[in-house]
Amino acid sequence: MTEPLIRIQDIHKSFAKVEVLSGISMDVAKGEVVCVIGPSGSGKSTLLRCVNALVPIDKGSIVVDGQEVHDPKLDKLALRRKVGMVFQQYNLFPHKTALENVMMAPVHVLKQDKKEVEARARGLIKKVRLEGKESSYPGELSGGQQQRVAIARSLAMQPEVMLFDEVTAALDPETVKEVLLAIRELAEEGMTCMIVTHEMGFAREIAGHVYFTDRGVIVEHGPPKEFFSGAKDPRTRQFLSQIL
Amino acid sequence: MDFSPLWDWFRWLNGATGIKLTIFYDSFDRWRFFYGFLTSVRLQATCLALSVVVGVVGAWLQGARSRILRGALQGYIQFFRNTPPLVQLYFFYFALGYVLSVEGDGGLRQTLVSSFAWAVICLSLYAGAFNIEIFRAGIEAVPKETVEAAEALGYSRLGAYVYIVLPLAFRISLPALNNNLVNLVKTTTISYAIAVPEMLYVANQIWSDEVNVPEMMNVLLIAYVSLVGVVVLVMNKWERALRVPGYVS
Ligand SMILES: Nc1ncnc2c1ncn2[C@@H]1O[C@H](COP(=O)(O)OP(=O)(O)OP(=O)(O)O)[C@@H](O)[C@H]1O
Ligand SMILES: [Mg+2]
Repeated sequence: MTEPLIRIQDIHKSFAKVEVLSGISMDVAKGEVVCVIGPSGSGKSTLLRCVNALVPIDKGSIVVDGQEVHDPKLDKLALRRKVGMVFQQYNLFPHKTALENVMMAPVHVLKQDKKEVEARARGLIKKVRLEGKESSYPGELSGGQQQRVAIARSLAMQPEVMLFDEVTAALDPETVKEVLLAIRELAEEGMTCMIVTHEMGFAREIAGHVYFTDRGVIVEHGPPKEFFSGAKDPRTRQFLSQIL
Repeated sequence: MDFSPLWDWFRWLNGATGIKLTIFYDSFDRWRFFYGFLTSVRLQATCLALSVVVGVVGAWLQGARSRILRGALQGYIQFFRNTPPLVQLYFFYFALGYVLSVEGDGGLRQTLVSSFAWAVICLSLYAGAFNIEIFRAGIEAVPKETVEAAEALGYSRLGAYVYIVLPLAFRISLPALNNNLVNLVKTTTISYAIAVPEMLYVANQIWSDEVNVPEMMNVLLIAYVSLVGVVVLVMNKWERALRVPGYVS
């Protein structure tokens, strides 16, 4: 078997003496889609934020595409251009139009040619079905539209992995679909994805592997079919019965 | 263009009513006043620009890692915010100005820094100290999630500051900045005290020579109302240009 794109080994993380991650390990192969589910406060967001070095870890190792994230000499830019992240609250830049939001990082950070970036950005906006909204400001877009701009903005950096942190949690049910559709298309094209979600139906359909976390550890994991129908751990079962 | 009919009218006005606006019909006074007006505008424009630069750079340095740097910055801000600007100006001009002078011909000390330059330095630092605090409040109002999104896209701290934090903080800070800059324009008149030949200083010279204090007072008031008006107008225009649809800062 080839080396996984992301290898997380026994990571620990505490915030002010409270341990949030207590030894999490997982491998994500190139092109694989994994979903992470679990109760609120179980450390799902923290796990994702460790992968792109937004949060430093206390112990353990995360290797992304051969690069040790925990290394103090880490080239953060090199890591972050490989790892895209989409947040629950979209976090678009409110003073820039949709198109500018998508174009900014490649132009400012990667110093790519503006014309090329613009062509790519327009393509991405089309891809997330927002044609015609290029010159709208985030404040003029619905939550679902903003979230799709955020996805396009991440994709503009041409990442190898995408991290999605409860990207539909702030949306109303109708707009959830359009965002999930955008993610599904991405996954079908072979993008490696780590998805934290509460949408169990979506996880069951899209994931190659599902992880259930609780209190900083992975309680149970497996392919979606087995995971959702034959969960063994009582904690997992309780969680699933509450949510399904 | 020939203004002489206008000048003649003011001369006539003086004969008919006693209103003595020599700055229009006396070419020496006219030249002095015009020069003072230009000096004021130059002083104000320079201080406005520099104080904004001080504010932007200072607000950035407030987030610096070095404790010493942050402490020094805090000391500077407190010094300039809590002492009268006139005393600061005297301190710069007489205390520092003396240190920075050399023995010239005939035992006279020659200053290395002109009074105009001292006024620029002092007033820019004075208004800059307030601008730092104003921008800091704006920066703190930028959601940290927005900054985090920039980091996740690979922006460095400086890059995120320049392209995302500052533009947003600026919009939030504009009303307070507006007030401070108007205040700065008015405060430049204190450079009169160290003989910067700005408008108030030359007006004083003119009314001493011509004994037309009430007339010159009115001229000064009108001139300052116009100058402040220009600043307010430009700032409002700017505020409107920066307004983003659907975004309430
Ligand atoms: N920067 C931080 N400083 C202190 N505590 C933090 C920080 N970030 C997260 N925590 C704490 O760590 C715990 C796990 O947070 P995390 O956001 O990872 O949970 P989560 O599984 O994503 O929950 P949710 O489903 O509500 O998003 C929480 O108790 C939270 O309060
Ligand atoms: Mg979370």
